[in-house]
Amino acid sequence: MATTTTTVPSAGPVAGSRSFLSRLREGDEIARIITFLFAASVVLVTLLLVFELWQGSVLPRHKFGFNFFRTSVWDPIFDQFGALPFIYGTLVTAVVSLLIAVPLGIGAAIFLAELAPARISDTLQFFIDLLAAVPSVIYGLLGVFIVVPLMREYIQAGLKHSLGFLPFFQGPAYGVGFLTAGIVLAIMVIPYIISVSREVLLSVPRDQREAALSLGSTRWEATWKVVVPFARGGIMGSIFLALARALGETMAVTMVIGNTPAISASLFSPGYSIAAVIANEFTEATGDLYLQSLIELGLVLFILTFILNGLARLLIVATSQRGGGTGHL
Amino acid sequence: MTPRLRWRKFVSGFMLAMTGVCALVAVSVLFFILGYLVYHGGTSISWNFFTKLPAPVGESGGGMANAILGSAKLLLIASLFGVPIGFFGAIYLAEFSGGTTAFVVRYAADLLNGVPSIVIGIFAYGLVVLPFKHFSTLAGGFALGLMMIPITLRSTEEFLRAVPRALREAAMALGASKWKTIVTVIVPAAYRGILTAVLLAFARVAGETAPLLFTAFGNRFWSPGWQQPTASLPVMIFTYAVAPYDDWHRQAWAAGLVLLGLILVINIVARAILSRGIAVPRS
Repeated sequence: MATTTTTVPSAGPVAGSRSFLSRLREGDEIARIITFLFAASVVLVTLLLVFELWQGSVLPRHKFGFNFFRTSVWDPIFDQFGALPFIYGTLVTAVVSLLIAVPLGIGAAIFLAELAPARISDTLQFFIDLLAAVPSVIYGLLGVFIVVPLMREYIQAGLKHSLGFLPFFQGPAYGVGFLTAGIVLAIMVIPYIISVSREVLLSVPRDQREAALSLGSTRWEATWKVVVPFARGGIMGSIFLALARALGETMAVTMVIGNTPAISASLFSPGYSIAAVIANEFTEATGDLYLQSLIELGLVLFILTFILNGLARLLIVATSQRGGGTGHL
Repeated sequence: MTPRLRWRKFVSGFMLAMTGVCALVAVSVLFFILGYLVYHGGTSISWNFFTKLPAPVGESGGGMANAILGSAKLLLIASLFGVPIGFFGAIYLAEFSGGTTAFVVRYAADLLNGVPSIVIGIFAYGLVVLPFKHFSTLAGGFALGLMMIPITLRSTEEFLRAVPRALREAAMALGASKWKTIVTVIVPAAYRGILTAVLLAFARVAGETAPLLFTAFGNRFWSPGWQQPTASLPVMIFTYAVAPYDDWHRQAWAAGLVLLGLILVINIVARAILSRGIAVPRS
């Protein structure tokens, strides 16, 4: 009895009681230090990235200040740089893409999570995963040669004919422009919305559905009024993820947006986005102010996606934990 | 049945059918893309595509041999740089670290993962291109490797954590030191998952274009060594697709087919490896 009582207090920190030297001899401490260096380099590289973006955009910050975001003249010859057209283009294309992708993506996610048998659901999810793996330049390629001609010949004409009284659908049909970029982006982000929303919907406890059904609701009512609200946070998260992705997307947008720094209410008119202007002008930027203005645009993009990704992760984690719990509301 | 109930049943059936349509549309996009690329790329691809240099502007013919080799070299550097950091970093996270350090590293990795690829390009430009004073394979590989780190790190950590605790305890009980346990027990138990993670990271960066635009730049000739600008398949697709020549468009389709084929095959192989492995969670 006496021996047990004396060993109990020291039973906790067994590993800690081994001396540093003995751990070093066994190699544990060396392995720990080496792997730590690798892990630390990830943090270091990330900090360096933030630092470089900040440091690299000192000139325009000092010269233009907040006007950088409010003026719309982009003139490298006279060293005037206003980012408004690019910010406008980025936001408009992202909003258009979400308007298309959100209903489609959530609809598909509901089908995969609630209706389809497990085998079919998994198979379809496999295809969705493959779709998410298609590189953006391929979407751009298809955008240039399929979506743009389609838009020019049929869709824009049809929209003008039916909805032409709205300011969004006026002006000549070039094929390229905000609407085309938005559609291509929508196709690109749908897989992300589906994958995350499906996971979140699958994590909704079974008794939620059963309770709704037992109260006499139809299958759709149980899904739409009980399961989807339960998973609301996570679905919002998937939308934020998609938004972050749409804002930062470069190649596909560059190839179909028209690359004209103009602000126009019409979705038919060509525009420009932040990522696209960086892609097109970075290597040609002569002069420090020009280059640094582009880097500041990169910083803006970084901050936007940073905030959205953070929000998305919080929402998704919170929702899945709620689903994985006891299932009470 | 009251009219109201009939209406509710109709709405239910209709909406559920619509969700099926949504799923069908989403999945059919994949087959549409594949079909179109196979159709257009298949008719444009030829032996020359794999063996010849790009023809001078205005002449038809030629191929993309230099871009294929360039992509291979870029991906080699990216893997040499990104995979070890991701792999050893994950070992630290899963086996050695305490709460706060692990949180910081994970947070940094997630942040890095969310950075738009074009911004990664800016970073690599400032860090590698500017000091060396010219575009290079090295810079492009660095940019791509940077993107591999968070993917490799986070999934490898997941798979390491999924190794049953009993295995660790058994090894420790036999007197193995911690690093020996890791090397001989934990990593071998999780190797399928780790391999999958690395392959998926590889496939992800293989198609990246934006980070290469101002790091690897482009080149219409062979790129000797590692310090010259180099062509790569994704950048070639971009420049050829937006150029006004029909022959270049055909080559862009061919390059698109080759690139997409490679990426999809790697994805399928990676998932096959995982599904035949021991019980580990799907990432």
